[in-house]
Amino acid sequence: MVRVIVDGTPVDVPPGSSALQACEAAGKEIPRFCYHERLSVAGNCRMCLVEVARAPKPVASCGFPVADGMQIFTDTEVVRRARRAVMEFLLINHPLDCPICDQGGECDLQDQAYGYGSGISRYKEDKRAVTDKDLGPLVKTVMTRCIQCTRCVRFSTEVAGTPELGLVSRGENAEITTYVEKALTSELSGNLIDVCPVGALTAKPAAFHARSWEYKKTDSIDVMDALGTNIQVQARGGEVMRIVPRVNDEVNEEWLSDKGRFSIDGLKRKRLDRPWVRVHGKLSSVSWKDALIALARRFDGVPGDKVGAIAGDLCDAESLCAIKDLLQGMGSSNLDCRQDGAWYDTSSRSGYLFNSDISGIDQADALLLVGTMPRHEAPVLNARIRKRFVEAGRGGFPIGMIGTPTADMTYDVSVLGSGPDTLADLLDGQHAFAEVLKNAKKPMIILGHAALTRRDAPAIYAACRDLAHACGAITPQWQGLNILHTAASRVGALDLGFVPGPHGCDAASMLRGGVEILWLLGADEVQLDRIPPETFVVYLGHHGDAAAKRADIILPGAAYTEKAGTYVNTAGRVQRAFRAVFAPGEAREDWRIIRAFSEVVGHTLPYDTLEELRAHMAQINPVFAYGNTAVPSLVGEQESGATPASVRDGTLMATPLRPVVQDYYQTNTISRASQTMAECSRVYGKAPAVAAE
Amino acid sequence: MSTAWTPAEQPDSFVFDAASEEEIAGVLSKYPQERKASAVMPLLYIAQRQMGRVTGSAWVPVVAMDVIAQRLDMAVMRVYEVASFYTMFNTRPIGRYHLQVCTTTPCWLRGSDDVVEACQKATGIQHFGGTSADGLFTMTEVECLGACANAPILQVDDDYYEDMNAERTQAVIAELRAGRRPEPGPTVNRSVSAPLGGRKTLLPSSTVEQE
Repeated sequence: MVRVIVDGTPVDVPPGSSALQACEAAGKEIPRFCYHERLSVAGNCRMCLVEVARAPKPVASCGFPVADGMQIFTDTEVVRRARRAVMEFLLINHPLDCPICDQGGECDLQDQAYGYGSGISRYKEDKRAVTDKDLGPLVKTVMTRCIQCTRCVRFSTEVAGTPELGLVSRGENAEITTYVEKALTSELSGNLIDVCPVGALTAKPAAFHARSWEYKKTDSIDVMDALGTNIQVQARGGEVMRIVPRVNDEVNEEWLSDKGRFSIDGLKRKRLDRPWVRVHGKLSSVSWKDALIALARRFDGVPGDKVGAIAGDLCDAESLCAIKDLLQGMGSSNLDCRQDGAWYDTSSRSGYLFNSDISGIDQADALLLVGTMPRHEAPVLNARIRKRFVEAGRGGFPIGMIGTPTADMTYDVSVLGSGPDTLADLLDGQHAFAEVLKNAKKPMIILGHAALTRRDAPAIYAACRDLAHACGAITPQWQGLNILHTAASRVGALDLGFVPGPHGCDAASMLRGGVEILWLLGADEVQLDRIPPETFVVYLGHHGDAAAKRADIILPGAAYTEKAGTYVNTAGRVQRAFRAVFAPGEAREDWRIIRAFSEVVGHTLPYDTLEELRAHMAQINPVFAYGNTAVPSLVGEQESGATPASVRDGTLMATPLRPVVQDYYQTNTISRASQTMAECSRVYGKAPAVAAE
Repeated sequence: MSTAWTPAEQPDSFVFDAASEEEIAGVLSKYPQERKASAVMPLLYIAQRQMGRVTGSAWVPVVAMDVIAQRLDMAVMRVYEVASFYTMFNTRPIGRYHLQVCTTTPCWLRGSDDVVEACQKATGIQHFGGTSADGLFTMTEVECLGACANAPILQVDDDYYEDMNAERTQAVIAELRAGRRPEPGPTVNRSVSAPLGGRKTLLPSSTVEQE
């Protein structure tokens, strides 16, 4: 550690820290525009000037390395005057249109101008103006407001891995542009809005809608992918106005995918806001009482094993638990949370988790992607892989892939083969990449749903597991065999045992008429056309999507912003979301609907409050006893024994792995209802189709 | 596809010719393979000179920047940034002869205004950055060329014409118009930046003795 004296207070900081970090460690707030903790240091805004003893002039603290015994002064007359001068220069060409600027109220320039700005301007000349750029349907630009801190350039180059933004020309003509005037091709472009310290880059869909101080802010969890990104839902008057990420280094650092951020207009469209019952082939709206009684009548005389439920991708663990308890109370074990037909090794928790945890990526030194396209399945996780790739330097983090990349991965990937049979080559050591994995200290394998939704999924998993053992990816210190989920509800459902019982039907056989009454809990991505006409379909969900059209009874539920819920992310982290707004119309929280119905149908569930339900969940699986984000490492212990024989069936097929996400912007009911996402889908297009099997 | 720094009319394609390829091979050999992005400035300049050789207008079109980005395995945006930052890369078409008049203080004190005026008179160009009607000349205002001892300076493409005045400027332009390139260097009776009329110091000992 290096001892630095900041304003007379000694602080110890790690060697290589900057003066700015030392000042922060001493609790001093240093104004800055270009400096950002997660980006490289540019040092071009000059706002973070401090005085250093024996230095001839003020230094930019963000790029000034500390030395032992260095004396830093953050609040002297020299510093204040220097910062005031910098602020005056920054404001020379800034339009000062705060009253019509969407950044107003949360603008770094505005805030710091209060501290260092002058009440009057000495600048009499014409201000420069810069033409606005078209960055696509998500990011609105007002480039005249830009102070050229280049945070956006560094974000898109370093974090997003799509180096499309740049600072062209020089001096007064300098401007940020994509040059070719095309939409940014990144699933993380919304974060540009957060990193921009002024109002140059703002959210296009939210333009002129609300002010930052008007929001009611609620902590929540993103359900658009299985990463469990920590978000804050900001609502005004019962309407979700925007979603921003919260900082959680263990999960999402401080990024949020575009789908998580901009799908919110989908929460207002195509909503189910009252119960519907199909009478003579036509849906008619009814009261809750009538709907529940009608449904209970339909259950009359149906044997328990002829009732089944399929859970969708956006469900909270509470409603999953309630529906499971209800069906089990009726004597049914026809439960399935795998609407995509995925296969998991459910013999232990580590069989379906991202075992190394998300932050484990930072330590890995070789990576094999099997049947996964992280950029489309979990963009923030992909950024983490890229971060590791960039940090490791050239060749420091070799990445192999089995499958066909459908987009630029944002890091160098060597495609080892298109089909799972490549795994056999790796196991034999015939493939050069086998040597790479073997030499790595912490090799990592990420197994995705392109592999797990195939018929030979057990064989692929067994091969991956054998490979992980062979290359030392599973040791007491390191668990490098990871499953990357695509559904936010999946791990929570698996933790609750939401899978078919010993004689239960799985999703496919339930859909093919295995049950008389099929309860779809937000399951819209199943093959609805397979359901025979005589099956009675109950749909409990929040959007009038495909499944609601087929349903015989529709029970309107709450979307993720409208209920308190528990979500378990792909790494097994149990996280709690809070309710930000109320569900529209007659819609209610899903578990309450199930609880109410259980009473009508005569199988009353033994809990009345959310707390009781959660206590019950903790009894089913102790992982649910952990509260919100302060979860200790819940990563499942991977036994270092051999692969269980139960999963060792079938053989690896040579057919190519096909990507599971065809269109990143249209993957669930909320994003399909969103006009913003539809526009993105139109602009960015679908992922190129891969040749069929 | 046009911005403040590039014109709307761009050629459809750009390919390095054999002469350029030879130069590129030499430039690339100076850098390790994985650091070849360092060669971006030499390559931009090679592209600019090739355009001058082939089309008579030494500028770098956007397609050439794309080719360079591909060749050097770097993001095209990074090439645009470099090309637009440095003033010696012409990102718009220019005349066959690029008249670069230094107007920084030493040249200005020594009469660069006369040189500018002479250029305007001889070529018909109205203002800095303009190109003559015949497409032969483009006049640019440049900052200090570092030859203040010989001020004022008129740089034509890569050559310095030094100690200029109005009349000698017109003479140089007349020569250029006739397709000849006058000998670069001082246009008065002096060798490089030695004193006018010959050496004044360190003369041969015999000369000193005679005085």
